[in-house]
Amino acid sequence: MASFTRFGNDLYTGRRSFDIVGRRKLWYLIAIAAIAISVLGPVLRGGFTFGIEFTGGSEFQIAGAESTDQSLATDAVASVTDIPARVSIVGNDAIRVQTDTLEDGDQSAEVRQALAEAYDVPSEDVTESFIGPSWGGDITQSAVRALLVFLLLSAIVMGIYFRTWKMSAAALIALLHDLVLTAGIYGITGFEITPAAVIGFLTILGYSLYDTVVVFDKIRENTMEDGSESRRTFGESVNLAVNQTLVRSINTSIVAILPVASILFIGAVLLGAGTLRDIALALFIGIIVGTYSTIFIAAPLYAHLREGEDAVKKADQRTLANRAKAAAERQAVSA
Amino acid sequence: MRKARRSLIWLLVIIGMLVAGNAASVIFSNGSWTPKLALDLEGGTQIILAPQLAGGEEARPSAEQLSQAVAIIRQRVDASGVSEAEINTQGGSNIVVSIPGRPDEETLNRIEQSAKLEFRPVLIAGAPGTTAVGETPAPGETPAPGETPAAEAPAGETPAAEAPAAEAPAAEAPAETPAPALESTPTASPTDGSDLAWVTPAQQAAFDAYDCAAADNDNSAAPEGEPLITCESDGSVKYLLGPVGVSGERISNATSGLETTQQGASTGRWAVNIVFDGEGTEQFADISTRLVALEAPRNQFAIVLDGQVISAPVTQGAVTNGKPSITGNFDQESAKTLADQLKFGALPFNFTVQSSELISATLGSAQLVSGLLAGVIGLVLVVLYSLVQYRALATVTIASLVIAAIVTYLLITLMSWSEGYRLSLAGVAGLIVAIGITADSFIVYFERIKDELRDGRGLVSAVESGWKRALRTIIASDTVNFLAAIVLFILAVGNVRGFAFTLGLTTIVDLIVVCLFTHPMLQLLANTRFFNEGHRLSGLDPRALGAVYRGRASFRTPVAGGGGKNAPSAKEAERRRTIAERKAEEELVSSGRVRSIKSDKES
Repeated sequence: MASFTRFGNDLYTGRRSFDIVGRRKLWYLIAIAAIAISVLGPVLRGGFTFGIEFTGGSEFQIAGAESTDQSLATDAVASVTDIPARVSIVGNDAIRVQTDTLEDGDQSAEVRQALAEAYDVPSEDVTESFIGPSWGGDITQSAVRALLVFLLLSAIVMGIYFRTWKMSAAALIALLHDLVLTAGIYGITGFEITPAAVIGFLTILGYSLYDTVVVFDKIRENTMEDGSESRRTFGESVNLAVNQTLVRSINTSIVAILPVASILFIGAVLLGAGTLRDIALALFIGIIVGTYSTIFIAAPLYAHLREGEDAVKKADQRTLANRAKAAAERQAVSA
Repeated sequence: MRKARRSLIWLLVIIGMLVAGNAASVIFSNGSWTPKLALDLEGGTQIILAPQLAGGEEARPSAEQLSQAVAIIRQRVDASGVSEAEINTQGGSNIVVSIPGRPDEETLNRIEQSAKLEFRPVLIAGAPGTTAVGETPAPGETPAPGETPAAEAPAGETPAAEAPAAEAPAAEAPAETPAPALESTPTASPTDGSDLAWVTPAQQAAFDAYDCAAADNDNSAAPEGEPLITCESDGSVKYLLGPVGVSGERISNATSGLETTQQGASTGRWAVNIVFDGEGTEQFADISTRLVALEAPRNQFAIVLDGQVISAPVTQGAVTNGKPSITGNFDQESAKTLADQLKFGALPFNFTVQSSELISATLGSAQLVSGLLAGVIGLVLVVLYSLVQYRALATVTIASLVIAAIVTYLLITLMSWSEGYRLSLAGVAGLIVAIGITADSFIVYFERIKDELRDGRGLVSAVESGWKRALRTIIASDTVNFLAAIVLFILAVGNVRGFAFTLGLTTIVDLIVVCLFTHPMLQLLANTRFFNEGHRLSGLDPRALGAVYRGRASFRTPVAGGGGKNAPSAKEAERRRTIAERKAEEELVSSGRVRSIKSDKES
């Protein structure tokens, strides 16, 4: 890992530097393309796939069955009602049966009984959920409200902490980018959107901003220390901060993603569809996208916003002029 | 050093207090050393109810109405003999009922009903227990309740006059039961709600056999036009009631207050004042006019909520203005309780099931095991990665994570006892995600220390100045995270809240551990030879970090011309250089690399 340490050193000193801020047009272009795909993709695919929590219906899950023959479930449901059943296998030995809303409570009890008999398990091992059609809508509504309140509050908190609204703006734009992209990936791949996935989306909010704040703090430090006699332009200072925190960004996202990946793995392999997998999937995508957007969108965007300011413009011009002068002198000396 | 030790002692005190708190909850209360689990981990049924108006629209109940609804539903669930049910409000409009195990269909139906409040005339009142059928009623005795005005006590109170003991010898049957009613079929059809012709021998037998203590007494679905056998809600008296005289929907308001005389002077007694609407006023005028003329106990009217009598006051006069008031031995609290029950008893909405989830115990424990397994794997991966990245420094990370885990576990256990918090699968996910966010604080801190070392500081001063910068960042980013958790917790519903709770909790724990453990530990370690001399495996090796060959002036802009406070540490680093390092530097310089970097960046 010595090479990684060296890599960190080089980034810190500026020996090695990725020109992230300078190539911002490229990143903007990529972001716009990604957002366009995230918006158009799901539309072309015919919208998002919503979980039963959003559409309403009944779900039965049979645990510990010896056979995972799906036709047993289809037949068992057909013996009770005409409503078609969607059967899937989750994990190693669990069968999930989903139906549209059953007519009344008795019917769902009958289905449960029929399924228990079909798979020869005690009826206690058949899990049953009924979800009214408005439940998912309620969750979404409250989630959207929470989202707006959170965005507003965090914009204020960041504005106060960093003493500039431009950091808030850049951070929030990067955040929206993350949300659109994560939702887009869900829409394009057809992963089911469940309340657990919504929880995952909401956590991305916290994580994405958290990540951005750490990098912005370094940017603030660098640009504050520069003062008026800086040898770097504003954009270069921002770029240096991004490079200096790159090792941290990589380490943090790896450390954050390891537990999430283990949930995802356990959730997908052992439990199949469910709360754990859905949360982890949204987080997995969100952490990657969130780390990316901090570096490639939030920071360049902030530099972009600030470079328009008169004071910053003047300082940058002076820096560049000094630099040109020094170069000319050196040329004169060598000549 | 002393400061570091003091911080560690504080941490020990905090952990000690949490352990003591937990121990106290186990010894003196019903606490436990493990957190309570939510239904998705323990197995059971969770029903989420949403209030709905008769037309199918979504109702927007007030907070008062909602808490009353919770009380009513709790009563219904308790009445069905289910123990340990938890009923909470959620998200400002929903009610969550959590029942261990699988409730029967009847219980479910009962929960969904709208509350039913009604006024019924009392026909017979008696002791709560069963009476041997066929025993000859002792004539000439009337039960106690009707005899004194004090009998109007609200639910939950047992005034002296109404005490079952006082009635016991006389309770078998009221004296005035007329002969015709004892015949097998009612000869005369009842003329009004108080007519004892309602009491057929069959009703009488059912009444005698009725036991208030039996668990399965469910009268909430009793038809309005028929007599009803039921009990006082505290089980102290049983009643045979006539058909519904006034239905609860006719109440337009109910308040509690001190009773006033006609002159407006306060009597110092608490009273419950009811206001009926137009139709209710007429109905109550009829019933009160009729009842006031009757003998006890038929001059009582029973206020029935969900099939249980919450109060059975004696009529003392005909009330024709629709504004009766109930007096008795109320205190402020009991008067308010009754007023609330009257006001909200007939909730203007019923409930629809938004979701009902039945988790089998096997699935619940399978989910818990998988969740814990995922946590362990995640933790091991994080530990491995830290070891590779930070070498010996990773032991601080690991120890910090362990401390954070202990504090979080104790807090959750304590809160599940004191606040009734239950750990759900989403909560477990929150905890696992928190591993990453907690570890990040250490990463930010360590990277800062490395930065300071690169700038040529000695380890002790690098730890101090790195800490100052890192703490700012950690506090700022934790604030954002905590903000997210709080907003989610307050505004969101369902699983989201369990997740937000653990996320917020771990954010606080993260701050505590970083301040009271990680930083003091590093302060102490910085003074050990192993770390201070920058052992190759310490993870803080200045040579590997390039602190010396680079020299600090090459990049960071020194404050006002490079002198000042940072200079001594640069010299210190210079002094500590080994011969090998000097050589390395010389090679670099001679190869022109360092110079070229300098000229690139500085000129």
